[in-house]
Amino acid sequence: MQHVISVSNLSKTYASGFQALRNVNLEIRRGEIFALLGPNGAGKTTLISIICGIVNPSEGVVLADGHDIITEYRAARSRIGLVPQELTTDAFETVWATVSFSRGLFGKPANPGHIEKVLRDLSLWDKKDSKIMTLSGGMKRRVLIAKALSHEPQILFLDEPTAGVDVELRRDMWGVVRALRETGVTIILTTHYIEEAEQMADRIGVISKGEIILVEEKAELMRKLGRKQLTLQLQSPLDHVPAELAAYRLELAAEGSELVYSYDTQGERTGITALLKDLNAAGIRFKDLQTKQSSLEEIFVSLVRERR
Amino acid sequence: MNFRAVRAIYLFEMARTWRTLLQSIVSPVISTSLYFVVFGAAIGSRISEIDGVSYGAFIVPGLIMLMLLTQSISNASFGIYFPRFTGTIYELLSAPVSYFEIVLGYVGAAATKSIILGLIILATAGLFVPLEIAHPFWMLFFLLLTAATFSLFGFIIGIWAEGFEKLQLVPLLIVTPLTFLGGSFYSIDMLPPFWQTVTLFNPVVYLISGFRWSFYGIADVSIGASLAMTMLFLGICLAVVGWIFKTGYRLKS
Ligand SMILES: Nc1ncnc2c1ncn2[C@@H]1O[C@H](COP(=O)(O)OP(=O)(O)OP(=O)(O)O)[C@@H](O)[C@H]1O
Ligand SMILES: [Mg+2]
Repeated sequence: MQHVISVSNLSKTYASGFQALRNVNLEIRRGEIFALLGPNGAGKTTLISIICGIVNPSEGVVLADGHDIITEYRAARSRIGLVPQELTTDAFETVWATVSFSRGLFGKPANPGHIEKVLRDLSLWDKKDSKIMTLSGGMKRRVLIAKALSHEPQILFLDEPTAGVDVELRRDMWGVVRALRETGVTIILTTHYIEEAEQMADRIGVISKGEIILVEEKAELMRKLGRKQLTLQLQSPLDHVPAELAAYRLELAAEGSELVYSYDTQGERTGITALLKDLNAAGIRFKDLQTKQSSLEEIFVSLVRERR
Repeated sequence: MNFRAVRAIYLFEMARTWRTLLQSIVSPVISTSLYFVVFGAAIGSRISEIDGVSYGAFIVPGLIMLMLLTQSISNASFGIYFPRFTGTIYELLSAPVSYFEIVLGYVGAAATKSIILGLIILATAGLFVPLEIAHPFWMLFFLLLTAATFSLFGFIIGIWAEGFEKLQLVPLLIVTPLTFLGGSFYSIDMLPPFWQTVTLFNPVVYLISGFRWSFYGIADVSIGASLAMTMLFLGICLAVVGWIFKTGYRLKS
């Protein structure tokens, strides 16, 4: 299957001499939700801006639905909708006018029915005749999303769509995103709320200092990199881990009343049976136990830290 | 051609004009009327006819040109500067539109607005002085050509400017003086010979002279020279716009 976006050997050096992207290779599958994660300044917005035609690439090739973004910019761009990170809106236009304008700009015939649907889905319908400057920040964000959806893109970029958006709206927004995916739209999003990516994405890419350091199915990533922790609540607290258990690299927590054992879910054997046997032999009794999978956030933090 | 995009940009810009109707139309009309009162009535009564045209009527083409130039430049420069300033230009850059279509939308709207203004001023002038238009076709042609050329020039300034001050700078520091010194209010053969020669380096002289010729059939320089100079300036502006978009100057990092 042809990839809906394919980025090859893409580099970007800004006029200041700063290299924001280093030889990026990335392929986005048709119809997926792809989350691009990375710390501030990693190059997420730069990458998105190049694909959308706002920033010139220094080197490399980008194809959108098989069309080169530079030589076939019309075909490429007409498929792409962009919700930028910055809240950049007109001030004096009405919501309806600005969203209709976007549709025209992308060369689509007027379709008030579609615009109405987009505005209703984003709970903007009752604001359609308001001037944009009278809207709150979260509403302006929704206007930007409505503009991007006005021209029925096949590929949607959401650059931190949930920054500054309240919980309820965030849930609505993800509802809209899921519904779009149902209709076959490919969605590429960036976010600093890792749990969002964990809930929404099919695949995850991590970028750091202009390099893509990982692209993986979310489930696979969690499985591969996910470490599990076994926590044992002890009947009586310990002040140190007994020497005969040193091999397990246990840690004491909660003032000595908990023993924590970390293990790799990938491993042939997890060592749990042996540990429990050795604990018994050492005379350590416990009253409860639980296991916990590390979250994507922990995975992400450790990945990016490794790179420092 | 993405005609829908051109139309969207054009209508968007025209909507901005209607929204600011008062300052767009009323203020130029008032200032033109003031020129007529001061120059036409007060001073004109002391100046005899120029080439058989009453002074009040003589200054009409120059006044319209003055308004046409300043309005074309300020409309077009503001039209493209504002999205750069607010950041909404991202949408234009990410849309499937060619540079030509962007320019057509913005420059078309700015030129339309200044042509409408020019005609309103012409009508206003008709209230003060008896008007005759010897070559109406050429008059409209000059009006159109000048509006398009200087809207294009304004578009360039709007892309070049990095702040609101620079946006005002060129019209204020270059265009207004050149227009005043370009024979809006006098015929250049009223000047001493040395200054007549200097004046010929002022491009606005050719615009005003050609435009006045279309009214009264009198001109300071030949009509061919007027046309050639305007076309030359249009060509230069087109080349600069082409270069801007090719390199992404001030538009894309
Ligand atoms: N126009 C520019 N000129 C020079 N450097 C730039 C420019 N735009 C961005 N940069 C630099 O490029 C790097 C990547 O920026 P980018 O906006 O792509 O990061 P990001 O991953 O989107 O970060 P954030 O999470 O903060 O949005 C940053 O170090 C930034 O300072
Ligand atoms: Mg960013």
